[in-house]
Parts: sequence; structure tokens; C-alpha cells
Amino acid sequence: MTARIGVVTFPGSLDDRDTQRAIRLAGAEPVALWHKDKDLKQVDAVVLCGGFSYGDYLRAGAIARFSPVMEPLIEQAKAGLPVLGICNGFQILTEAHLLPGTMLRNNHLHFICRDQKLRVENAETAWTTDYTAGQEIHIPLKNIDGQYVADEHTLDELEAEGRVAFRYVDFNPNGSQRDIAGVTNAAGNVVGLMPHPEHAVEPLIGSGRTDGLPFFTSILKKLVNA
Amino acid sequence: MSRTPLDTVEHAAATPDVELPWAELGLKKDEYERVVEILGRRPTGAELAMYSVMWSEHCSYKSSKVHLRQFGEKAPENDAMLVGIGENAGVVDVGQGYAVTFKVESHNHPSYVEPYQGAATGVGGIVRDIIAMGARPVAVVDPLRFGAADHPDTKRVLPGVVAGIGGYGNCLGLPNIGGEVVFDACYQGNPLVNAGAIGVMRHEDIHLAKASGAGNKVILYGARTGGDGIGGASILASETFDDAKPSKRPAVQVGDPFQEKLLIECTLEAFKEKLVVGIQDLGAAGLSCATSELASNGSGGMRVTLDDVPLRDSTLSPEEILMSESQERMCAVVEPEKVDRFLEICEKWDVIATVIGEVTDGDRLEIYWHGGKIVDVDPRTVAHEGPVYERPYARPSWQDELQADDANKLPRPETSEELKDQVLKLVGSPNQASKSWITSQYDHFVQGNTVLAQPEDSGMIRIDEETGLGVAIATDGNGRYAKLDPYHGAQLALAEAYRNVATTGAKPLAVSDCLNFGSPEDPAVMWQFAEAVRGLADACQQLGTPVTGGNVSLYNQTGEAAIHPTPVVAVLGVIDDVARRTPVAFQEEGQLLYLLGDTREEFGGSAWSQVIHDHLGGLPPKVDLERERLLAEILISASRDGMIDSAHDLSDGGLIQAVVESALLGGKGARLIVPDGLDAFTFLFSESAGRAIVAVPRSEEVRFNDMCGARGLPATRIGVVDGDTVEVQGEFTLTLSELREAHEGTIPALLA
Repeated sequence: MTARIGVVTFPGSLDDRDTQRAIRLAGAEPVALWHKDKDLKQVDAVVLCGGFSYGDYLRAGAIARFSPVMEPLIEQAKAGLPVLGICNGFQILTEAHLLPGTMLRNNHLHFICRDQKLRVENAETAWTTDYTAGQEIHIPLKNIDGQYVADEHTLDELEAEGRVAFRYVDFNPNGSQRDIAGVTNAAGNVVGLMPHPEHAVEPLIGSGRTDGLPFFTSILKKLVNA
Repeated sequence: MSRTPLDTVEHAAATPDVELPWAELGLKKDEYERVVEILGRRPTGAELAMYSVMWSEHCSYKSSKVHLRQFGEKAPENDAMLVGIGENAGVVDVGQGYAVTFKVESHNHPSYVEPYQGAATGVGGIVRDIIAMGARPVAVVDPLRFGAADHPDTKRVLPGVVAGIGGYGNCLGLPNIGGEVVFDACYQGNPLVNAGAIGVMRHEDIHLAKASGAGNKVILYGARTGGDGIGGASILASETFDDAKPSKRPAVQVGDPFQEKLLIECTLEAFKEKLVVGIQDLGAAGLSCATSELASNGSGGMRVTLDDVPLRDSTLSPEEILMSESQERMCAVVEPEKVDRFLEICEKWDVIATVIGEVTDGDRLEIYWHGGKIVDVDPRTVAHEGPVYERPYARPSWQDELQADDANKLPRPETSEELKDQVLKLVGSPNQASKSWITSQYDHFVQGNTVLAQPEDSGMIRIDEETGLGVAIATDGNGRYAKLDPYHGAQLALAEAYRNVATTGAKPLAVSDCLNFGSPEDPAVMWQFAEAVRGLADACQQLGTPVTGGNVSLYNQTGEAAIHPTPVVAVLGVIDDVARRTPVAFQEEGQLLYLLGDTREEFGGSAWSQVIHDHLGGLPPKVDLERERLLAEILISASRDGMIDSAHDLSDGGLIQAVVESALLGGKGARLIVPDGLDAFTFLFSESAGRAIVAVPRSEEVRFNDMCGARGLPATRIGVVDGDTVEVQGEFTLTLSELREAHEGTIPALLA
């Protein structure tokens, strides 16, 4: 058997088809979810992909967070459904309070697109078991609102609990506090990050590396072995 | 307040003596008289609005048309051409049942006035042209030209333009894979913001802008219509119709990329269900253009009720509604039984859609407002039968003097030390420096099909995941060459784009162009234009790459000073398997560097003459199109058969610029030997056309040499990929870090 992984399309989602492709390449079955869906079609996990949901005209992710599909998603995520938020998806997860902190405009105020070096700090989440802790990977980054911030107490707590999942290495592209590129919830089922693993799944395409594929193989293994 | 009676057709016929503000709307007296003659009466205000925008230079190509005909007359036989000039964009067959549409357009003037919105809506407009052909947009490219890099106004215009392109394109989810950034004082008051887009579809999905089938419904969908982007209409509105309303709207439109993204998805879904008979985007001239073009390209007429157009501003007059250039709108012709489904799809995507009219079996375009008929015209007279000018043109008196000022006679570096200094100056000069500060503000990963993006020689997109079929696009232009000789300058632009496509391993197929010039009322400018078009048409014919469409931008002029004539040429190519693409970066140490082509003492218009001597004179490099074709064939064969691992075309900056770029991108240096018969200076800086450098694995050397020998292409071994320096033996050595600092530091220092 394989796993069915949902990919939500909000108006303004951009990387939905790319994410579906990455899921397919990992060997799982992508399931398209629509923002107006009131149920999750019995998927085994969900990816909230990148883009500019609702144009991000209010605040990144702030409106998408109230889409009908988010209601069952929030409920099931709290009960353990694996959820990965990439870029705009990460922003939506923080707006939905499934993950702590928030994203501000990049400190240099420009959109930035680059192949970014990261360190996997936590290789025990639902989405990172195919990495090893401390592994350095290159994943494309592309955003304008990517500066991760949280209060000192939250940051200390995240560090203490090993919930900083990814950190920028060599170059902090947006002024994120403590070089944080991604975080996980305490249970390890909800993970969010700004870089785009779905753009690093094929040699030749995009960054030309496959450093992002383990996100999708990790979850597949977890679901199939469950 | 007294209200003027509605200016219906009937009213116009009854009041022949009413004076209309035709001059304020930009019509010439004889043009207005022609409108009266066509209609057999004075036009209504609404009709005048339509004729004035559709007969403008921008929409009617009235000054350029007589020259542009050559693109059709000289078009080479090409089986790949599916849709040619005249539609929203040309369409080319790329094999395996796929068709590709692409086009380059200008948004120069608005981008100077309001850089962010001007550039953003430039992207929006070209993308709608692509959707209107039935294609999913898959990539954008942006050839940009600004004033001097260190001029204070460049710091206002460039960051705004770049942020606008990024802000709009990134939000649409279109990878930005190519283009150029050029600085020259001649563009100070007239920056050139050209935008190109590529779309992909299956052959059977091609859609055209035509309204056929009496009874079919005309549906306007997308954004509501507002008062933005109305030029002359504000004058019309305030002087003739109603004094009490807002007027003097900003002439620059405001973009909403989110709305456009919805428009793309909703249009593609409607196409997929085969709900659309004909389609047209609303760009310049808004509804005037969409209704008159759809009607005149179809078999019947069209009746439109303007009251049904959804408005952002309820006080808009019918003339303003017809002229508004509000963004993110499209017009579709749909069979009556499919209207409900079409509206359902629009609703799914939260896109407002309204039936505003229907196709009739007559041959008139009739528009109603408040129950009165305010337009009754033959749509062809609006859309296609505008004025045509044979503008006078003459070779400027200064051309001979300019060409006599030979760049080959400029003082050259006398010592190795001087040569080395000039190399550093060149690779760090604004035009030759790395543009990554700019291009990193564009998303080039989205859609997950980007194989190559800038600074590669051409952008490349995979279009079929199974077979690896891909397309490549390069845009090039060199205003300095074109100023020295517009005929050959235009050909050099084509040759460079053609070469850039071939360098990455793709076969050049077709051409789109954006012709940026000064005022057509100046005979010298008109001569430059005529020469450039003639040169481009001749070269396209010889290379077998037809022009599929494009755009002309005139009046890029401040006072008496016109920009350099700047034809920008986009070449589209196809590659059977993107796995065979050739990148610019050096891949492996020990690989052998070969220079393909002939190097001559050619410095006219060169980067060296500009950077070192601030000089523009002489003649541009010689054009040899047969050589370009041979070089392209060799590059494509070598890529397909795995004989080369990297390749870079030689153009502005010459060989040393190319070597430095390949070295920095690959993080591997090179040892170069000046070949027999050349001096180091000419070897490094000459801009002779028809050349490229390639890196050949040692195991392939014999095979590669044999191929070049058999085909008669000069191939000279000039060195080896090696170490972390660029060394020219017997002359100088520069470390990669020195070169990187010079090459990558310039643009951020000027603009960040």
C-alpha cells in the first residue's frame, strides 16, 4: 500500500502542482484538496504549499487560515495528522497557531530567491526521519516574508525542546531570529519551514539537487509502516 | 447642473455640427475626417473614444506597419509555425503534440512614470496575451535597459521596476528565467522595460481572438472596470459630457497579481472543458480593443450592453468604460448552452463574470448604454483599417562621422599589468557585472520545470516530464551596435539570441521582437527603424526563423535626444531532452577549452571601448549568418552527443568575459594560451560574432575536433579548466576571489 497525501490549493497557491509531483516522485499518492473542502478526503497527511494565498494582501497566511478546509485540518493536526507547511504554508500554520512564532518581511525588504544551505536540527519529526541530525542540505528559498520571529521565551523553549527543525547555515537570508528556517510542534507531526523542499526533488530541475526528497520519503515510510 | 443628453447614434446624426475633442484625444484632423467619412456622419462620443484609442500609434502601428510587412513577406518556410503575426501571440509547433506561444512587449513609458506598477502591469499584459492563445504560461523573461548605473534617477527607476516585475511575476507563480539588464546614459529619461512570456499547450487547445456563431454570448470576466489607465478619455469626460465627475485619472494602470492568478486558473479550466469559442484579453484600449477585434475577426457582428459591465466606480461614463485599461480582465465568446458552466467555473475561482453581449448575424458592432445605441460601426474599420503612414526617413547626417570614428584605433593596453587592470575593470563594469542582486528578486524555481535560468545563455523549461522535451528562450539586443549600423545591429541582436539558444543545446525555431526606438516623426529615427526592420527580416529569412509577433515602442525620446535604436530579439528553441542541456559553468578540471569561430580586430561598439574609453564609434562586428547557423548546428550536435560539458556564447565583453563567467559559476578556474596569429588584447576583448567557447572532456577531444573539421568550423584549443585562478599565460593571473569581488560587488554597491 501507499500513502495518500493531500495538497491544499488556496486561491493564490503556486506550488501545489510541484508539491504533488514531489509526493508522486517519493512514491506516495497526491490528493488535491480545495480550500472550500469541508473534509480532508481521508488523507494520511497534508502539505500546505507555497504561494500567495489570497494575494497575502492582509498578512501572509492570515486569510487562508480561515478557509473551510482549515477547520478539519486544525482539528486533525492536533490529534496527530502529519502536516507540512512550506513557505506560505508555514505562514498559514503559524497564523493557525499550530506552530509558534510568525514571519515578518525579510530584513532587507526584498524578495529573495536562492539555493539555501540548511542544517537539519531535528531528524525525528514525521517529515525528517530520512535525514540525520546535523545533516547539511541545500534547498531553494524564495519569499519576501521569511523573517522568523518569536518572543525570547518561545525561542528558548523551542531550542530546549529540540523544536528548531532547520537552521540557515553560512548566510541568514532574511534576518530570522537564531537563523531559524523551520520549526516543529512538540509532537513532531506538524512541521513548517520557509525553504521549498518540493523544488529539490529532481536532478537537472531547479537547484539540480534532490536534497528535498527525504521530506516526502520520510512521511511515506512513517505512514506505510504505521 | 445641466446634464448633456446621451450622445446616441441618432443624436449624432441629428447634430452634425457638434464639435468633438478629437485633437485632445490624439487624432489628427484628416484622421477625424476619415472617421466621419466611414460613418457617414459625425461619430458619437463613444465611437470617437474607440477610434481614437484604436487608431493610436500604440494600437494601430500606423507608423511602423509599412515596414513590419517585411516580416510576413520575407518569412522563411517553416513548418513549425501554427499561428503567425496578428493574433495575441504567435504559436510554434515544438513536437510531441505540443505547441508553444511566446511574445515580447514593451511597457517603457509607464515604467518611467511609476516604475513598480508600470513594470508589474507589463508582466500582467504579456501573460494575458499568452493565456488568450489557450496556453498555460510557463515562464517570463525581462529585458531591461536603464540610464547610467550611477545616475541618481536610476536608483529610483531600477529598484521599482525590479520589485514590480518580482512582485507581480512571483505572485503569479511564473518562473523568471531570462532577460537582460543594460545601462546606458541614452536610456536615462526613457528606460526600456520589455517583458516576455512563454506558454505551452496541446495543438488542439489553440484559441483565437474571434467572435463567431450568432447567438453566442460575450462574457467579460476578471476585475471590475475602473477609471485607471484612461489617457485622453479624461479630457473627453470633463470637457464634453459631464462636468461634475472625477476626472484626470492616473494614466498608469494598477496591477493585482492575485486577481490575474485566478484569471489564469479559471481560464485554463474553461479551456479544458472546451467552453470557449473565442477569447481576447483586455490590454491597451480595453473594451474598445477587445470588442472590435473579436467582432472583426469573427464571422458576424456583435451587440454589447455597456450597462452590464461591472464597475469599480459607478460614475464612469460609457466613453471611459470603453477606454479604461483596468488590468486583469478578459473577454470570452461562449455558446449559450455553455454559459452556465463557464460562470460556475468563474465562481469557483471567485472571479466576477458577466454576460455583456452577444454575437449577431450582422456585420456591425453595436454598443448600448441606458437603452440608447451609442456605437454602431463596422468593427474592421476600428480594429484593422486605421491610418497607415509612410513617414519620411533619411540616413542621419552624423552617421558617416560616427562610423568613421574607428574604435579599432583607440589606445590599447601596452603592458600585461595594464591588460590585467582592464580585465578587472571590464568584468566589474555595470553592464558586464553579475546581475544576481536583481535576478535573485525573481522566483525561478516555481512550477518545478526550470532547467536553466539566468545567468545561463538561455532560460530552459521542461514541458514534458516523461520525455524530457523542453524549450529555451534567449533575448538579446545591443543598442550600441544598432546605433553604429541599425541594419547589422538588428541582425547581431538576432544572431546573439539565436546563438544563446544553441549554446544551451536547443534548436532555434522562431522569433519575437520588441522594437524600441525614438520618435517616428524624426526622419533619422525612422531611418534607424526602417533599417533595423529590414535587417531583422532579412536575417530571419536567412536563418529560417520566422517572426511570430512582437511589439513596437516608439517615442522613446526626451526632447531631441532619442534612445539608441534598440531592437530586442527573443529566440525560442526546442530541445528533445533537457537532460542534454549545456550549462555555462565549468564542470570538471582538466577539460579542454576550445574557441569556436574566427576572432578579428572588432571593437566598434564593444564593451571594452565603452568601459575603458567611454567611446562609441566605428562599425559593429561583421555579421555572418551562415557561420551562425553552422556554429549552432555544431553546438547542438555536441550537446546531443555528449561531446561538451559546458558552453558559453561570446558577445559583449568578448572571450575574457565569458571565461570569467564560466569560471565563477563553476567555481573552477582556467589556464588560457593566446593562440597563434592573435595578440592577447584582441584574443581577450574582441567582440567578433559567431563565436563560443566550449569545455570538452579529454575523452571526446578527437571526436569533437573531427566533427568541427568535417563541417568546416574553426575550433582552436585555447586552454584547460584548472585551479582557482584565471591565467592568461605570459600575461597575468587573477584569482577567482579577486574576480568574484569585481564581478559580483558592483551592482549591490550601486543599488542595494
